[in-house]
Amino acid sequence: MPNSTDAVRLSAPEPALGVGVRLSRFAHRNARFLFPAPAAITVALIIIYPVLYTGWMSLQEWFASSLTLPKFIALANYQQILTGDPRFREAFFRTLYFTFLAVSVEVFVMMYHPTLGVMNYLVSLTGLAPFKWTYSSRTALYALALVDVWEWTPLIMLIALAGLAALPREPYESALIDGATGLQSFWYITLPLLRPTIIVAILFRAIDALKTFDIIFVMTQGGPSNSSETINILLFNQAFSYFNMGYASSMAVALFAIVMGASLILMKVRRVGW
Amino acid sequence: MVTGKRLRNWLRTAGFYALVIAVMLPTVFVFYWMITLSLKPQVEAAGYPPSFFRFSVTFKGYQEVFAKHPFLLYTWNSLVVAVGCTVLGLAVGLPAAYSIAHWRQRGLALTMLVARIIPGISYLIPWYILFRNLRMVDTYQALILTHLVVGLPIIIWVMIGFFEDIPPELKDAALIDGCSHYGAFWRVAVPLVKPGIVATSILSFIFSWNNFLFSVILAGRNTRTLPIAVFNMIGYEEINWGPLAAAATMITLPVIILTLIVQRHIVTGLTFGAVKG
Repeated sequence: MPNSTDAVRLSAPEPALGVGVRLSRFAHRNARFLFPAPAAITVALIIIYPVLYTGWMSLQEWFASSLTLPKFIALANYQQILTGDPRFREAFFRTLYFTFLAVSVEVFVMMYHPTLGVMNYLVSLTGLAPFKWTYSSRTALYALALVDVWEWTPLIMLIALAGLAALPREPYESALIDGATGLQSFWYITLPLLRPTIIVAILFRAIDALKTFDIIFVMTQGGPSNSSETINILLFNQAFSYFNMGYASSMAVALFAIVMGASLILMKVRRVGW
Repeated sequence: MVTGKRLRNWLRTAGFYALVIAVMLPTVFVFYWMITLSLKPQVEAAGYPPSFFRFSVTFKGYQEVFAKHPFLLYTWNSLVVAVGCTVLGLAVGLPAAYSIAHWRQRGLALTMLVARIIPGISYLIPWYILFRNLRMVDTYQALILTHLVVGLPIIIWVMIGFFEDIPPELKDAALIDGCSHYGAFWRVAVPLVKPGIVATSILSFIFSWNNFLFSVILAGRNTRTLPIAVFNMIGYEEINWGPLAAAATMITLPVIILTLIVQRHIVTGLTFGAVKG
């Protein structure tokens, strides 16, 4: 549509014009490139450049703490990740497991001090023995997943609500006339219609859970004894505690691949149906 | 059987509210716990069993936050970064969103979506090296620029929806009347999407205000933001719950207030228009 108006303006005869007018004409004609230009430059600077740089760094060996320059070692970092680093492998499965927990577990509350925490008081009310929550390597990951679930359940509810509000009324009316019960219309109408929304919610949650950083970093820093160390935390420590930038970069690329892969799989599921 | 029907109605209403409370309780309880913790004296805050309703109220925690930490400086830092990120994000993002909506530029929109998907930590290493070489670690500029990674995609994606809802006739009329695209954008489109701008500004502000990952590395002594300051209050040996909870409460308060103001738009913002398909 806007093209037609452009054409109208351009087809008008143009007598000799001043620089200013010609400049503004030029700007008007190329508005479609000039409008998004600042955003494109910003994106290139703060998103694309760092991503490319990370990819390049992942092929090097470099400790930012030392004076030696980066050394090009091709794919050795990735080889190390895939075959020579049990800690990464553990972190990898832990990340997936954490994501699984965070996406599927129900809501609960936290405050995890083993003797003083409010959580243990609530648990003791039910007659169970107190947990050590984040203070034990056996339960730390579950405790963190609970916090994550607590933090993000409201968002999932909002997404579901938005999806529910957009459902058509007619199927429910005809179901009612046909004598369907409330449970039946929920199972056979609401759930199938809501499927895209549910997939989107899972997608958002999975992406965010794979990237979880704040909660783990603040509450356990990956401990006790690495038991809650996900890829994000391992990567962060490699980069900013050991300054092993090259290796950390290759982990960043690996994490990116995992997140991207998970999103693509989920998007595919969304299109195909389940 | 009027009474039976009324009883059933009453039960249904009661059941509904019981369900609402059951769903809300875990969320609200944590905030309740945080606020009461900030008002308790240390002995009671660490007491077991914990006291939920009866405790002596003290404002010592709040006093201590201001006495022991430059809390106002941290608040100022958080404000500068969040406002800077939002203003810059709007200046850059609004024209882009308009252009994506007007000329259907899907590519740029997808790039912004990918930016949402990429783990933030993959940006962090190059930024750290870059800003260290430019001597820009611990500056507002570095923080504002990096927070844009979170803010800009939200601004653009939410605003695309708002710009698409403008009837095309309005823009076309302006263009035919001799308005340039800039005039159509500035005088026609922007005034129409003002509610959207308010909502996205607040969302972007909140996201920057809450950001932890980027600030923990790129903020230093002079630009430390609130989440990092509170994180540093968690000691290794002993946790002083009162001041910690007081600081947490004060950080959360503006976010809650802002969220209540734009609650209607917050679904759109957080879900990024994904529900629209």
